[in-house]
Amino acid sequence: MQKLVVIGAGMATGRALEHLLDTAPGAYDITLFNAEPRGNYNRIMLSPVLSGEKSYEEIVTHDADWYEENGITCRFGEKVVSIDRERKVVVGEQGEVAYDKLIFGTGSSPFIIPVPGHDLPGVVAYRDLEDTNAMIEAAGKPGARAVVIGGGLLGLEAAAGLRLRGMEVTVLHLMGHLMERQLDEAAGYLLKKDLESRGIEVRLEAATNEISGDGKVERVLLEDGTVLDADIVVMSVGIRPAIGLAKDAGLDCGRALKVDAQMQTSDPDIYALGECVEFDGNVFGLVAPLYDQAKVLAKTLAGEADAFVMKQLSTKLKVTGCDLFSAGDFAGGEGREDIVYRDPARGIYKRLVIEDDQLIGAVMYGDTADGNWFFGLIKDGTDISEMRETLIFGPAYQGGAAADPLSAVAALPPDAEICGCNGVCKGDITAAIEGGATDLGAIRAQTKASASCGTCTGLVEQVLSVALGDDFVMPTAQPVCGCTDLTHEDVRRLIKARELKSQPAVWQELGWTTPNGCHVCRPAVNFYLLADWPLEYRDDPQSRFVNERNHANIQKDGTYSVMPRMWGGMTDANELRAIADAADKYGATVKVTGGQRIDLLGVKKEDLPAIWADLNGAGMVSGHAYTKGLRTVKTCVGKDWCRFGTQDSTGLGIALEKRLWGSWTPHKVKLGVSGCPRNCAEATCKDIGIVCVDSGYQIGVGGAAGMDVKEVERLVDVKTEEEAIEWVVAFVQLYREHAKYLDRAYKWLGKVGLEWVQEVLADDAERAALVERFDLSQSVYQTDPWAERAEPEAARRFQPLADLTLEAAE
Amino acid sequence: MNWIDIGHIDDVPLRGARLVKTSAGCIAVFRTGKDEVFAASDTCPHKGGPLSEGIVHGQKVTCPLHNMVFDLNTGAAQGADEGQIPTYPVRLDGGRILLDGDALANRSAA
Repeated sequence: MQKLVVIGAGMATGRALEHLLDTAPGAYDITLFNAEPRGNYNRIMLSPVLSGEKSYEEIVTHDADWYEENGITCRFGEKVVSIDRERKVVVGEQGEVAYDKLIFGTGSSPFIIPVPGHDLPGVVAYRDLEDTNAMIEAAGKPGARAVVIGGGLLGLEAAAGLRLRGMEVTVLHLMGHLMERQLDEAAGYLLKKDLESRGIEVRLEAATNEISGDGKVERVLLEDGTVLDADIVVMSVGIRPAIGLAKDAGLDCGRALKVDAQMQTSDPDIYALGECVEFDGNVFGLVAPLYDQAKVLAKTLAGEADAFVMKQLSTKLKVTGCDLFSAGDFAGGEGREDIVYRDPARGIYKRLVIEDDQLIGAVMYGDTADGNWFFGLIKDGTDISEMRETLIFGPAYQGGAAADPLSAVAALPPDAEICGCNGVCKGDITAAIEGGATDLGAIRAQTKASASCGTCTGLVEQVLSVALGDDFVMPTAQPVCGCTDLTHEDVRRLIKARELKSQPAVWQELGWTTPNGCHVCRPAVNFYLLADWPLEYRDDPQSRFVNERNHANIQKDGTYSVMPRMWGGMTDANELRAIADAADKYGATVKVTGGQRIDLLGVKKEDLPAIWADLNGAGMVSGHAYTKGLRTVKTCVGKDWCRFGTQDSTGLGIALEKRLWGSWTPHKVKLGVSGCPRNCAEATCKDIGIVCVDSGYQIGVGGAAGMDVKEVERLVDVKTEEEAIEWVVAFVQLYREHAKYLDRAYKWLGKVGLEWVQEVLADDAERAALVERFDLSQSVYQTDPWAERAEPEAARRFQPLADLTLEAAE
Repeated sequence: MNWIDIGHIDDVPLRGARLVKTSAGCIAVFRTGKDEVFAASDTCPHKGGPLSEGIVHGQKVTCPLHNMVFDLNTGAAQGADEGQIPTYPVRLDGGRILLDGDALANRSAA
């Protein structure tokens, strides 16, 4: 009988032994080494053990009896020290064993990020029963906190298990969305939301700097300065094949131990399988290909012909209640088409990727029942052109007629729910229609359908259309852009009502048809998010037009103009000297503007950080002459100098500018403050204009002197400078919270009416609340963007990525 | 193919672009929301707008000057606009962005 030695009692070798004992019973005298002091158990079921849904005994696949019945000599808890290929012996810690055939099933080791403190007690990987038991033990302490580093398959299973055991859990993930190798952004977003609803905190783009503690883990420090308390840290950032032994034995290794399609290594008597092997450039982490390898290896050892081939893989997450499935290749690309189905209310998302009439990838979240059917289509390369229209609805819909949305609505029974927020059924709506309602407004007033979150508006309109036929004309509100059917007003309302705090949340929950918007909707959504959630959402420069991203105005020749702030139009000799020096140094043209400032034109992009640093050096900050935000406050000289001046108009202008600068608004905001009704600061054609009079301050709003010329309308008259500032700030905040992106104040006022604005602002409590919200936003956004970008790290981005003009041409 | 390493993908903002100067003119290197990279001429055929300053959405970019939209796969203008920008082979290798030098050489020789 030939002697077979197996190193590693894992899932792959376990399966291989089963097959071998089936196909060639008694052919080999088998010795099995395992470093863990136990035999083979189902490692992918550790998650249910961690969560308490299963016990260790339930996941054991081969117990002591099985090994004994099959005559396998077990050397568990004993490490293999080396292999002597000349003498064909395996050297274990307790002595040698000779082999005729040898199998490597050494698996992989967890990758541990070498941050300071990674070796503290309490830092565990999530690979074996020891790790799992350590985690279960840590969870036993009341109020214990866990930090899981890595938002991949295993890390999330660990997080969910620890949470089920009552721990406070934070997941840190370096990338922009969870499980980025298996999921696209939309599904990753849904998963994150799902986990958060289970009380798991998820931090994306979070880099760990250090783990610290006195003798054991106590906290985790992130790159952004955040400190997280932790009783246990689970590192689940990846694995690397365990090939030290194979390398020492002189076997041919690349990223892992190289094998051919018969699982044979460079030594004809040595075979390998599982996570330690490399086949055709691929390494393995999921169980399905490992089982295929086990089958091939068993046949090879039994003297039968077989060959391992790579197959498509699918993934499922083993977290009870989180249904997700992904298979194949779901990256977008040339010649690839997406079919996307979203049902945000039910948390369902499905995406199919099609190339050359074949399904090549599928991502599903929330409803994965058809996953295996899609996976079958991917594996078989089925031509799907015939069933394409109904493909995404799964196998149940194949062969049926194409659905007309109206007929679907017509077919709904009267008790079908249309409006989930207010519990309105189709029957309620048809009753209202029979009672004389003919449009959406009437339905809303009579039944409250679509009066809350508004997502059922389309359905209600379809019910109207079915009931009234040609008498009902679908309203044609202007959608934001081609990416959505929603209007700006709808989007703003839904962002507030549904507490959408990120761009993916908007794309997903509001059913955007594009992966990340377009140049029309993205700047608008970016503004709405930052205006409504100043602390939760951060401005995204990549969703800004060039001027707002580069903090300078691009000119027709690609150069930029640079305009420092001059508070209330006041400057001094030092500032002017610095501006003159900058003009010389960077070859800028100098222009005095209508907003009482000085513009430096013709500055090259590469020079922007340097000119900003120079101007910063003289105490000047960005004038935001390029933003949908506060531009200037134009003033006259006021009572300090002018014989007609009634108040300190310059002082008020400076105070307003210092309060408002840096804020983002739906469109640009220009202010003027004149010291008397002669109005030298032209305040009556500004977005907000104040005219000082003997008795106080007249505040006008909604002026313009551009494409349209408008005189301001009087908002209010107040007695003191403090009141004037309070009203102006409250007005700006109301505009920020309600206006459509790119509507100047006068356009917004034309829609909502001055009376409504006056009514809101006249309420002292409401006015104070608006001011408070504005100041909260300013605590984040009132910083000089120039100073930030003049720093070396940020300044680098203003240079070309590479200069290849010096590369020798052939 | 003559792949030239021009930088790391993290040097290009997500849904953004960076400029690469070459003897064939300025080239914009784009990074999409899904971490795909594309390379194309930086110059809009309409009025010469710098495409590396445009908003990147899906696999498209919008020119910052007058909103012409180009498909980064083909370089073709989208919608009603007509126009075409040259595209260049570019690929990722472990996070490094590699640009095909031969394609640049052909372009500058042409």
